[in-house]
Amino acid sequence: MKIAVCIKRVPDSETRVKIAPDGKSLDEAGVKFVLNPYDEFAVEEALQRKEKAGAGEAAVFCLGPAAAQETIRTALAMGADRGVLLQTDRIPADGIETAKALAAELQGGGWDLILFGKMAIDDYNHQVGPMVAELLDLPCVTAVAHLDLEPGKGVAEREIEGGIEVVEFPLPAVLTTDKGLNEPRYPALKGIMAAKKKPLEVKLVKPGQGAIEILAMTPPPERKEGKIVGEGPDAVPELVRLLQVEAKVL
Amino acid sequence: MSVVLAVCEQRNDTLRKTSHEVVTGARRLADALGGPVEAVICGAGAVQGSDQLARFGADKIVTLTSAGFAKYAPEGYARAIADRARAGGYGAVVFAASATGKDLAPRVAAKLGVPLAADVTDVTVEGGAIVATRPAYAGKALLKVRIAAKPAIVSLRPNVFTPVERPKAGTVETAVTAVTAGRVVVREIKAAEAGALDVAEAQIVISGGRGLKEPANFKVIEELARAFGGRAAVGASRAVVDAGWRAHADQVGQTGKTVSPTLYIAVGISGAIQHLAGMRTSKVIVAINKDKDAPIFKVADYGIVGDLFEIVPRLTVEITKLHG
Amino acid sequence: MAPKFQGVDFYDINGLLNEEERAVRDTVRQWVDDKILPVIGEHYIEGKFPKHLVPEMAELGLFGANLPEEYGCAGLNNVAYGLIMQELERGDSGVRSFASVQGALVMYPIYAFGSEEQKKKWLPEMASGKVIGCFGLTEPDYGSNPAGMITIAKETKDGWVLNGAKMWITNGSTAHAAIVWAKTGGVDAVESIRGFIVPTDTKGFSAKDQKGKLSLRASDTSELVLQDVHVPKDALLPKSGGLKSPLSCLTAARYGIAWGAVGAAMACYDEAVSYAKNRVMFGKPIGGFQLQQARLAEMLTEITKAQLLCLQLGRLKDQGKVTPQQVSLAKRNNVNMATDIAREARRLLGANGILAEYQAMRHLANLESVYTYEGTHDIHTLILGQEITSLSAFN
Repeated sequence: MKIAVCIKRVPDSETRVKIAPDGKSLDEAGVKFVLNPYDEFAVEEALQRKEKAGAGEAAVFCLGPAAAQETIRTALAMGADRGVLLQTDRIPADGIETAKALAAELQGGGWDLILFGKMAIDDYNHQVGPMVAELLDLPCVTAVAHLDLEPGKGVAEREIEGGIEVVEFPLPAVLTTDKGLNEPRYPALKGIMAAKKKPLEVKLVKPGQGAIEILAMTPPPERKEGKIVGEGPDAVPELVRLLQVEAKVL
Repeated sequence: MSVVLAVCEQRNDTLRKTSHEVVTGARRLADALGGPVEAVICGAGAVQGSDQLARFGADKIVTLTSAGFAKYAPEGYARAIADRARAGGYGAVVFAASATGKDLAPRVAAKLGVPLAADVTDVTVEGGAIVATRPAYAGKALLKVRIAAKPAIVSLRPNVFTPVERPKAGTVETAVTAVTAGRVVVREIKAAEAGALDVAEAQIVISGGRGLKEPANFKVIEELARAFGGRAAVGASRAVVDAGWRAHADQVGQTGKTVSPTLYIAVGISGAIQHLAGMRTSKVIVAINKDKDAPIFKVADYGIVGDLFEIVPRLTVEITKLHG
Repeated sequence: MAPKFQGVDFYDINGLLNEEERAVRDTVRQWVDDKILPVIGEHYIEGKFPKHLVPEMAELGLFGANLPEEYGCAGLNNVAYGLIMQELERGDSGVRSFASVQGALVMYPIYAFGSEEQKKKWLPEMASGKVIGCFGLTEPDYGSNPAGMITIAKETKDGWVLNGAKMWITNGSTAHAAIVWAKTGGVDAVESIRGFIVPTDTKGFSAKDQKGKLSLRASDTSELVLQDVHVPKDALLPKSGGLKSPLSCLTAARYGIAWGAVGAAMACYDEAVSYAKNRVMFGKPIGGFQLQQARLAEMLTEITKAQLLCLQLGRLKDQGKVTPQQVSLAKRNNVNMATDIAREARRLLGANGILAEYQAMRHLANLESVYTYEGTHDIHTLILGQEITSLSAFN
């Protein structure tokens, strides 16, 4: 099994968002960056598939700044074999440009599987995986929560509203991974030590800026101060009244 | 004149309700651009309820039919919609950011070589350009983006574009397409528990957290949900999903689902930033928690402090009365 | 998933760590968030060590993490090792104690004083958690004065016979092997103290848990009795000799404790800050009152000092320059400050502070043991006194 995993460096989910002076981006001062949580499922899946096959490669690819080497090494510490950083200081706001840069790198790599997290928890774009699939003309299933592979094909399950879609696809393919697919391992201490010695190639890239321009980044509207209706079950009738009369949602 | 293409969805040959929202959003955009709305649905044949789209502002309703289109066919749908979009000189293509829309929209965007603004909560036209607002960092920030491409592709966050009736002529037509399903085939749809609504789409979401103490106690939440007569879905905090009490499909929060229901009831959830990120855009938030200092009360419109095991059953009784 | 705990780092000490040190810390931090914190309160109340987590701790490589890779260990530097102890003790002192004993008091003496055969036999098994060890030095009547021990090992023609009793032995009842320190000469021959690896299933060896602890409740503490325990010749740690051998193990363990205490203090501070910001009294968050601010300011100051102290101690250790007295200073200072912080945090939390749902009281109770074990606070005072004046005040 030759597997590529595309990962992203993102601010930790506990980050308190502070907007930079340009009014368009995140103030990164003091922000802790981590491997995108959904990408952990992709890395784990690659490792399990490779381990099961007993041979092959799990390589990670990341478009990001120089600091994303640390993110790649997290994946290497989990057990991936090698990493490639497509280094750029500006990750385009337009997902198609990220997809183009990754597709160019992955093209002709002879991958059995190309895995992505279903979305990045910073930009919420959930689009780069299927875009890469389109650019490489590969079959693609997104938000995979269960996966069975056989030689040459696979069956994936993805969650849809009110049900689960069972999807068949031929290999090679692009898959994006959802929570529930597996339980990502912790990077063990030996893995952290071993990661330092694994190959990490840095390639400078200049992705296009695309056709999406960020005009402004603003905090979400403050919710107005709510009220405590009361204490205990006796407050319930008043709550119901307020929901009917004041909020008009019942 | 710019036509706006509204990509609608069907399941089991029946129009999905989220399509009303898509047409509503498309109508808003079309009015700003001064053009008509064309709704398009992929299916194997006639789609029940597609004619309703006229009520919400579709000038034309087109069903693209192919034998392989009964169920969602990612590659076939993407090709058919992209072909249509390419041919028609559209100003914008609007999807729902539903499970299907999230899968389909990027494929269409890539085929057309244009960007996708995903999961938008607002879309307008400023100086002739389409400007979308979309949450980032799980709703901890809003991004306002200008899309300098034709067509501009957007997907709309479910439950945000409340359907508005704007009756139009709504001519209905069927176009048979030669496009086949493609390599990726949906073999079946395993239905979730009968009547179970998805938290991302439900009008009312009642979520439970650690305060429920053990998985079996979720029955108090489920009973309350039932009292709303099939309009409410049961959600869960990350803590209880991680503990294996509830399925990940129910998780509300930054690493779960982002929901915007009309009414969100948080039961025994303290309100970690992770969770708040997933539900803060709900229209009305009610919190029930024993700790009056819990952060959830800071975002709640209404709160009751006390023992959820006393409060929730009482609420179930009151809601049942209302609907009974 | 990234850990929920964001750390306490007022002086960007994070920036003084290398990438691998940060990665080690984050892995353990995450694991503690996921696996220790959800269960520790219950285990503490029930008085049970969360033994089910031992295989996972081994899998992560937490045991003997600063020993070389050739023996199945992670081969980390001492700063990374210290950060592991910090994060484990942020969970619970009992869990950190388990790792300290296994690594610094059992694996370390085998590594330092054992033969190559002993190292090859025991260390990989211990690193993988398959063999759990305990360390028998303290005796019922000889705590702060280990030189007075009365456990005796007599050489026979095919091995050794051990007789004696050991007290306050962490992991005693769960251990598969005990490192037992005994005099091989007469009871007055301090220089004859040697270390033995004693499998706990050897005839004549028994361990009994000490009951009624109000501290370190999520940790097993036992009494060991050795009655005519026969062990083969190769049970002896050949390079051990004199009191300095077990004392060097204690120095290794104290080093980890100095870091661990910072973890417990960080947990208490973090909880106190969040409580102070959210708890409303007299119409505003209690964090807005001067008395609580004074508490929090004091906590942050002490934690920051202790963090810097640990880091430099670790760098010295990595350069091979550290002295036992420097380790004593760090253990003495950090455990004392952590105990103070736990107490102040408990008070800041008001009545809620006495509940197991919060961490402060559990840490406070634990730290009272940590204050006393591995050289009491007072003993470290005397060690430093002797270092300063060259005059011993021990007797």
